[in-house]
Amino acid sequence: MAEAALKTDPVAAILEGREVLATGWSAAARSDALARLQASGLPERRDEYWKFTRPDTLTQAQAPQAAVMADDEAPLFDEMDRLQIVFVDGVFDAEASDDLALEGISIERLATANSDLHWARDVYGVLEKRGQDPVSRPLAALNTATATDGILIHVTGKPSKPVNLIYNHKSDSSDATLHHCIKLDAGAELTVLENGPAAARLNKVMEVEIADGASFNHIRAQGRNHERRAATHLFARLGTESEFKSFTLTMNGVLTRNEAVIELTGDDAKAHIAGACVGDGDFHHDDTVFITHDAVNCESRQVFKKVLRNGAIGVFQGKILVKAGAQKTDGYQISQSLLLDGDSQFLAKPELEIYADDVACSHGSTSGAIDEDALFYLRSRGVPHADATDMLTLSFLAEAVEEIEANDLREEILDRLTGWLGRRRG
Amino acid sequence: MLSIKNLNVKLEDEDKQILKGVDLEVEAGKVHAIMGPNGSGKSTLSYVLSGKGGYEVTEGTAELEGVDLLDMEPEDRAAAGLFLAFQYPVEIPGVGNMTFLRTAVNAQRKARGEEEMSAAEFLKVVRAKAKELKIDADMLKRPVNMGFSGGEKKRNEILQMAMLEPKMCILDETDSGLDVDAMKLVAEGVNALRSEGRGFLVITHYQRLLDHIKPDVVHIMANGRIIKTGGPELALEVENNGYADILAEVA
Repeated sequence: MAEAALKTDPVAAILEGREVLATGWSAAARSDALARLQASGLPERRDEYWKFTRPDTLTQAQAPQAAVMADDEAPLFDEMDRLQIVFVDGVFDAEASDDLALEGISIERLATANSDLHWARDVYGVLEKRGQDPVSRPLAALNTATATDGILIHVTGKPSKPVNLIYNHKSDSSDATLHHCIKLDAGAELTVLENGPAAARLNKVMEVEIADGASFNHIRAQGRNHERRAATHLFARLGTESEFKSFTLTMNGVLTRNEAVIELTGDDAKAHIAGACVGDGDFHHDDTVFITHDAVNCESRQVFKKVLRNGAIGVFQGKILVKAGAQKTDGYQISQSLLLDGDSQFLAKPELEIYADDVACSHGSTSGAIDEDALFYLRSRGVPHADATDMLTLSFLAEAVEEIEANDLREEILDRLTGWLGRRRG
Repeated sequence: MLSIKNLNVKLEDEDKQILKGVDLEVEAGKVHAIMGPNGSGKSTLSYVLSGKGGYEVTEGTAELEGVDLLDMEPEDRAAAGLFLAFQYPVEIPGVGNMTFLRTAVNAQRKARGEEEMSAAEFLKVVRAKAKELKIDADMLKRPVNMGFSGGEKKRNEILQMAMLEPKMCILDETDSGLDVDAMKLVAEGVNALRSEGRGFLVITHYQRLLDHIKPDVVHIMANGRIIKTGGPELALEVENNGYADILAEVA
């Protein structure tokens, strides 16, 4: 009887074949996370937080197959001076990676990091645990408990170039669990670039601790593979006068759930998060964002844009929580979709919860088609229908892409979007 | 240049006839003005000629230099040399004014089998023309018509016209929303483009624009038809007596 029950328990099923390390500096965090997972169980369709996205393929024991896509485009960020750290199907590839030494930061691989890495102990699973309240995030707890690889970055200064995490997907059945921890000391600065599809199924957690006056900049592109699945969590905690900026580009992917949990805990901190996604056909993209204001005079900004066609589905769940005492909060949230046909869907749940009285928070969510007046205006100037449609689609995405401050990175992202649209010309 | 014969147009979704047999010939090198009360069909005429959706031509023809316009897509009409300066230019966030202009110029050139304009050449030309219209560098960089005042939008229309060098220009209530100084600037821009090979159709409510853009021929349109045609003095008559007398005279 007990054995039969065990077999149908999804938590036990997904843990089978995964190891929860019982030794080493992360052991305590891992067993703690395991307990959280066992208490909450895995997400299910009936969970309010998963109302718009079916979690079953993310929680089933075996990763669904995902064909590797032959990509004829040059990898993103190829021309940039950056420190490259390569993972293949979720495993660090030392040979393809650069030497992990750079002035102002120290980098260790999670799988081999030694036990005296004290700073990592204060980050690994710590921000993830804080992010489990008030909504549980079982896939993140699963990740903390069972992560097999990842990178630990301690930033003490201002490194001369960005760190680029490159994810290659080479096996149809890879099931990767990656966990990154980044700690920025007071006044430190770091840009992290991420690109690539990672695996057939990816469970990724990134925890970012940003001390007073530090600044973290993050640009991510999730690859162009059509069949891959990904559940990612980005946890960040911000100190006084610190800055967090994150932009995600998603093109294709049968299922993506990107959660971001950001806590503003020091006064005068700033968190901006943005995303542009384009989906065609079998595509489900979910941005779930939870921003907590727990300090005075902080600013948060969420800008998410989705272009959907041929039955693609976009989801946005975004919340701004302003705690009592978090006066002078400036919160902004916009989520918009451009539906290129009648088959596509956008499901949005914007939320504000405010316990302070001197705050300015605004949110908006829209979905619509291409503006016929604008289309006619462009065509009346001689721009052909298809070009005009692409121009207006890019113009729709622009507000999100413009959140990227660096010109070269912004141009690169725009080029990718232009290319994506170009490949869909009749 | 532009030849319209017995043009009848109704709304696509509604059983409402807007144009009821318009006949009009605009010769190359001439400026024709159409005046008329609200709801007479002036703007509809400009939209139908440039190919806006939502209208159905039930009878008649419209040709540009002998080529049937009505069967063409809006972009093909533009490449063939037709230009409409909008009464309400559309704001397009996220598309730079300069990018938009260059895309339009080169799309038309490409459609006509001409060589595209290089970035450097384009920049030189657009800067010179923008200067004449007092359009500053900031307006060229900003997204199309975003945050432009009424006058700036209209000047931007004239800049597009100057860059695209159409054969046939239709100006739809270009004077609406302009103060006297802005109107002068716009009129100067239009006058600079007057040439032997180019025709103009200026649609307006009021005579005052015609003080600055002197028409060769003035038409009065009412109830979907051109009811009277004359010289510039006809515009003055409207200015002094309104439309009532002319409407009564025709009825």
